[in-house]
Amino acid sequence: MGSVSIPLDHVLLLSALLFICGLLGLMMRRNIIFILISLEVMLNSSAVAFVAAGARWGQPDGQIVFMLILAVAAAEVAVGLGLVLQLQRRFKSLDMDDANRMRG
Amino acid sequence: MLELVLFYTASTIALVATILALTRANATHALIYLILSLLAVAVVFYVIGAPFAAALEVVIYAGAIMVLFIFVIMMLNLGDKGDRREKQLLKPQVWIVPVIFTLVLLVELVLVLSQSTPAEIQGLVTPKQVGLTLFGPYVLAVEIASMLLLAGLVGSFHLGRRYLDEGRENSSRGRS
Repeated sequence: MGSVSIPLDHVLLLSALLFICGLLGLMMRRNIIFILISLEVMLNSSAVAFVAAGARWGQPDGQIVFMLILAVAAAEVAVGLGLVLQLQRRFKSLDMDDANRMRG
Repeated sequence: MLELVLFYTASTIALVATILALTRANATHALIYLILSLLAVAVVFYVIGAPFAAALEVVIYAGAIMVLFIFVIMMLNLGDKGDRREKQLLKPQVWIVPVIFTLVLLVELVLVLSQSTPAEIQGLVTPKQVGLTLFGPYVLAVEIASMLLLAGLVGSFHLGRRYLDEGRENSSRGRS
């Protein structure tokens, strides 16, 4: 002991604020690269909440969920950036609003 | 007491860097701030007693995933406009803020490392515990994650291959 422990509330508050930043970015930006960045921020903020809760009770489960979130983020970014390449090739722009019509 | 100072500094840096990242006009600048935010979150992980998660955050998130982003921005080949942005990157007002924040994180790192005893953190979870639990009760989750990564690999290969093939077709058509 001897050290002051960090209150769980404050870590969860940090996580919530990061999530709100990511959500606002997701809704406001129309550039697809910024949308992917916002998704990364949101996944990362949920990982903060998991790790904080795991550390609060001294259990490793939080960090295991963090590793699963890492796998999800890696797969999502790989597919998302493939879509960015396709969008750039077809529409010559990275704006999501250029791609909101389906063919049909 | 030191932990509290480290935590509040790192979380402030993480929040400010995230807000700056999402309000940039230039994707490369946004990525610099995003990497800074991820490094600050890694410090938060270390301070709350998850050193393994902190290492993974730096190696995989700030390393591998951000490199993917930078590769794709390079592949998009923004041309002349890209060259002008590249020159802008050398101006001080672009990199001075990230450098200051990173220096603050470096000072935190030196503070942690200069303590004679390892930081006494409540609820410290060692990498050994994480590994034992991961390949014990959670081994099914590892399998699911591997299948997810395989699906991501196949999907990105499919999308990227079509991009490369048709790009080659267009360039050969242009030459003939």
